[in-house]
Amino acid sequence: MSEYDPNIIAFLCNWCAYAGADLAGTSRLKYPSNVKSIRIMCSGRVDPVFILEALREGADGILVAGCHPGDCHYQSGNYKTSRKIRLLRRLLRELNMDPERVRFEHISASEGQKFADVVTDFVNELKVMGPNPLKGECQ
Amino acid sequence: MPVTERKLKFAFYWGASCGGCEIAVLDIDEKILDVAAAADILFWPVAVDTKYSDVEAMEDGFIDVCFFNGAIRTSEQEELAHLLRRKSGCLVAFGSCAAMGGIPGLANLANRDKIFETAYLDNPSTSNPGRTLPSKESRVKEGTLTLPEFHDRVRALHQVTDVDYFLPGCPPPTNLILEAVNAVIKGELPPKGSVIAPEKSVCEECRFEKSEKMLTEIRRIYEVEKVEDRCLLEQGIICLGPATRGGCSARCLDAYMPCTGCGGPTPNSMDQGGKMISALASILGLEGEEALPDEEIERLLDGIVDPVGTFYKYGLAAALINRRLEG
Ligand code: FES
Repeated sequence: MSEYDPNIIAFLCNWCAYAGADLAGTSRLKYPSNVKSIRIMCSGRVDPVFILEALREGADGILVAGCHPGDCHYQSGNYKTSRKIRLLRRLLRELNMDPERVRFEHISASEGQKFADVVTDFVNELKVMGPNPLKGECQ
Repeated sequence: MPVTERKLKFAFYWGASCGGCEIAVLDIDEKILDVAAAADILFWPVAVDTKYSDVEAMEDGFIDVCFFNGAIRTSEQEELAHLLRRKSGCLVAFGSCAAMGGIPGLANLANRDKIFETAYLDNPSTSNPGRTLPSKESRVKEGTLTLPEFHDRVRALHQVTDVDYFLPGCPPPTNLILEAVNAVIKGELPPKGSVIAPEKSVCEECRFEKSEKMLTEIRRIYEVEKVEDRCLLEQGIICLGPATRGGCSARCLDAYMPCTGCGGPTPNSMDQGGKMISALASILGLEGEEALPDEEIERLLDGIVDPVGTFYKYGLAAALINRRLEG
């Protein structure tokens, strides 16, 4: 099987994860270029509908990253997101879409290395998983 | 001649449906007489004996308005969808099945083979030693018998042909049916593609007070001894009100039953299930969430025993992910 290049959409919260990704860049850390980052103010802004739409449009993986527990700038956005993603993953399992395609991570502004590691790991995992079965489907 | 000066030419067809939509039309009671006075019913298989060939013989666009209820499962339904589209000036996806696949759309959790297996082979009440399955053609001594093809998947009407308006509901509420009929007669139609229902959620029409906006446990309705006079969600009963378009006056809630979502997604949302997951996750396990261990969150979520059936009872066929994927 010819190797495919996973396409990852990352929703990164402005205050932690996005700054972490920035740090990974300014520290010149190496990580795969498969990630398309979307900056949001808080991980709590991520509506499961965004993730479903990304999957529908053929994204192979979706990374949602926010502040560590207790650090969310809006108090509880990351707690809510954690529950949303858990529930969404249950739904995906029933639809036979691998729930591991959707990941939620806590990445702080100082964790450039963690961001690079998460992305590297996710890309490797998605390579094993294969492309999103909905890719190329258009109706 | 404009419709206002003559009788309205009306058609009503059913695809994969239960027949409830037909009953809903009769539910407008004596006002059906007004409709009969204002309209010529050209085609309505359940009530009027017109043949498909009669419809084929009509000029294109001859029918003023066609209410099409039911989803598209078979080749016959698909053909009729195309035929009625051609013959009708205005095609309305009538009811949840036509508008978004409806309950038949839940069959997208399986495929044709699995459905045939369950219905004709592995069913405890079925004896089928010859393992006969419906097939498009069967030869008998008198000749060849044909059946429409059973597609692998259920689709909503707009996934098959161009639809002018959507009138969701299982069945659509009488007042909205009347509104639609009147709009057609008066020629006061909303922009093409509109959903003929208010731009608000079921919650906004619900009489129950919402206060705590917090959910500590999910309970199924049979586990609740007495439903109290307050928001059902807050009592732990999953109610799709926040993710569902209103227009029904929240009549299920009036009967102390939770909304199951037949109105389809709220106006600003692309996906009813996704929206409901968002609403539910925001209030479930809110208490002490900082200290809530993962296992406890998972235990709370275990209360949702059938996520697809709960969040897409009527809308799976038209959802962003519209079926159980193969493999
Ligand atoms: S601000 Fe970062 S998760 Fe809320």
